[in-house]
Amino acid sequence: MVQFNLPQNSKIEVGNHYKDQTNSKNLKKVNVYRWNPSDEKNPRVDTFEVDMDNCGPKVLDVLFKIKNEIDSSITFRRSCAHGVCGSCAMNVDGVNTLACIKSHTDIKGDLNIYPLPHLKVIKDLIGDLSTLYKQYESIQPWLKVTQTGEEKKEIVQTQKNREKLDGYYECILCACCSTSCPSYWWNGDKYLGPAVLLQAYRWINDSRDGDKKERLKKVADELKLYRCHTIMNCTNSCPKGLNPAKAIGSIKKMLATS
Amino acid sequence: MSAYKIIDHEYDVVVLGAGGSGLRAAVGLAEAGLKTACISKVFPTRSHTSAAQGGISAALGNMGEDDWRWHMYDTVKGADWLGDQDAIEYLCKEAPRAVVELERYGVPFSRTDDGKIYQRPFGGMTKNYGNGTAQRTCAAADRTGHAILHTLYGQALKQNTEFFIEYFALDLIMKNGECKGIIAWNLTDGTIHRFRSHITIIATGGYGKVYQSATSAHTCTGDGNAMVLRAGLPLQDMEFVQFHPTGIYGVGCLITEGVRGEGGFLVNGKGERFMERYAPNAKDLASRDVVSRSMEMEINEGRGAGKNKDHINLHLDHLDKAVIDERLPGISEAAKTFANVDVNKEPIPVVPTVHYNMGGIPTNYKAEVLTLNGSEKTVPGLMAIGEAACVSVHGANRLGSNSLIDLVVFGRAAAKRAAELIKPGKPHEEVSQSETDKCLDRFDKIRNSSGSTKASELRLSMQKTMQSKCAVFRTEKTLKEGIEQIRVPHEGMNDISVKDKSLLFNTDLVETLEFDNLIRQALTTMDSAYNRKESRGAHAREDYSKRDDKNFMKHTLAWQDGNKVEIKYRDVHTRTLTNDVQYFPPKERVY
Repeated sequence: MVQFNLPQNSKIEVGNHYKDQTNSKNLKKVNVYRWNPSDEKNPRVDTFEVDMDNCGPKVLDVLFKIKNEIDSSITFRRSCAHGVCGSCAMNVDGVNTLACIKSHTDIKGDLNIYPLPHLKVIKDLIGDLSTLYKQYESIQPWLKVTQTGEEKKEIVQTQKNREKLDGYYECILCACCSTSCPSYWWNGDKYLGPAVLLQAYRWINDSRDGDKKERLKKVADELKLYRCHTIMNCTNSCPKGLNPAKAIGSIKKMLATS
Repeated sequence: MSAYKIIDHEYDVVVLGAGGSGLRAAVGLAEAGLKTACISKVFPTRSHTSAAQGGISAALGNMGEDDWRWHMYDTVKGADWLGDQDAIEYLCKEAPRAVVELERYGVPFSRTDDGKIYQRPFGGMTKNYGNGTAQRTCAAADRTGHAILHTLYGQALKQNTEFFIEYFALDLIMKNGECKGIIAWNLTDGTIHRFRSHITIIATGGYGKVYQSATSAHTCTGDGNAMVLRAGLPLQDMEFVQFHPTGIYGVGCLITEGVRGEGGFLVNGKGERFMERYAPNAKDLASRDVVSRSMEMEINEGRGAGKNKDHINLHLDHLDKAVIDERLPGISEAAKTFANVDVNKEPIPVVPTVHYNMGGIPTNYKAEVLTLNGSEKTVPGLMAIGEAACVSVHGANRLGSNSLIDLVVFGRAAAKRAAELIKPGKPHEEVSQSETDKCLDRFDKIRNSSGSTKASELRLSMQKTMQSKCAVFRTEKTLKEGIEQIRVPHEGMNDISVKDKSLLFNTDLVETLEFDNLIRQALTTMDSAYNRKESRGAHAREDYSKRDDKNFMKHTLAWQDGNKVEIKYRDVHTRTLTNDVQYFPPKERVY
């Protein structure tokens, strides 16, 4: 039987262990994936003993505590800390989520933090999302309207038609869904993935848009769309509670019935 | 200095920042055929515009009669007469067109029964010059900023804008008082880039992170403001820091004013709707400075809510669940996540929280940066927009939903002005190497610093000082102590340590550079506050409790050099832009 091995430089090693310096009675072991391209070493998992009596409630607070007090070189993206910007998406306790809204008290035992799966790692917890961003651009995320000479007025949209965008326009492009999808892991260069397909559906479904047919035609592709095998990891992992699988299902249905 | 490899670029215009204002400017510049680079330290949709909730103001009149002049009056009054009325006229007159444009770009606004853009009441927004509540704030549920930001990013993609994403800007390139471009560090590969441009537009947002508790993102470090200070130019009205009345207690997460717009109200520990006492007419929809001060007074006088009587309760549990689900879904989610509160059953615990900087880079209504050299002078090649700028349309206190409209109106104005000033493809002048060397010397020195103090320690010390000495209420004593104490973390830069020496995505170095940016703005904020001996808008002095129009109808300008801050003043414009409206003279401000 064929045996697969990770290349030598991809093997994850046991990293540094940072012992508690505060004599805290309430410690949590936090294991964090580390990789620095500048030092030419293998990736490793560092363990930090963190004093939970003096730590905020979210996983992002744990990471700030490590960065501010233990190891300032630990690297992750962060911005709003309120769950709206999508910067701090990472894999926490085996599930993709936003570190800023995930409570560490939900996690029993050690806290394991890894970058989003199957992305090229840039450094530590930072993954390369440039492919996903290019795919997002490819679905042309802007409204296409024909000129009517009425450009000084808003386009009228009924409340019912506006409601059709609910559950889709809220997407924050954090990529939790796409990077949890096995199909996207395998064919991420060609399959658009749940995040981008949800965005595609948001524009297909906008009653103001005049390009619905073309948009559908563009995604109706064996690789771009039909690599979705309704595994549903996307919907399970969405930290905003959206349902990308439903959006993909709706696109397939539209194509089947048109 | 160790040699850094420099990659050169030439553009007609460089936009620094890709939030609402930066993206709107970039779209306009592309439409005008100007070769444009848009540089941002985060991917555009991560910008803090995404956190804006309640809405964007414009006198569309979709939900009752409205007039841009009423909007202008409200903004002048909200600003406590420190705003420049020529700029405010421009903002309010342009606002309806700007919102319609956003709608046609694809923003998924909530709708009225007849399919028009839905508008909600907001603090300080009135009809007929202060007589009755206006519904002027256009909303996409309670995710308006998110919806606008994503839509504008889409428009920028449509225009094939050239983005430089995850580039951290270091300094402006100046020559004889003119801006010739910027130098930036590419985080993803560690290279240094020099962008030559005829016009540089700063759209880097506010600097809320000088305070310990703020609704601001961690990226709100006012990098552009600090670049302006390092270029020897002043910042304006830095003492005016807005505390939003409803940040979640202990967390700082924003709860939109739209909650009160939809009928929510504040209650103290004794169960009283105390805003009725402070603002008999507008009540919970008085302007933000008034509500925040009232809340602080309730807490200070022992009428706070909770075990420690240290917060106020925001009720929306009396509202129809259908209204909450349709118009405030994000709030329900945030209250659950950050305060473990079910808004249908319980109030949200809130406290006034730092939210917005009225101050920033002084500009005129065309977004051209101003300085004082005898009289008001523009700085050739330099523009500023959005929260980074101080136009000044918000004066001493910004009205809720006036920031999003500011972004798009002045983003467009900057692009329009740039198109008037330069022809596409104009050749670039020679700039000497010395500016680049100066910038990289500083960068290299900080990168290789090996002192004993972490940036995180200095940042916390700065944030604590700002929070305790320059908060909602200020006195001579607190500000004087503040002026001394804020210089301690500033001195600390001499003993700073950066552990990570690499160039590739070195966030240890990024945070240190951000601290260096923040502390300069903290100094100018504290010193500007100390020197303004009156109470106006968000600047409330207990020892000078009245507004002093005789001595202080003027903008503070603050230059920073080392630990020295030089303060000068320029007069508030007492004129409108056109004869379409008359100047509103100062009067007593009651809600």
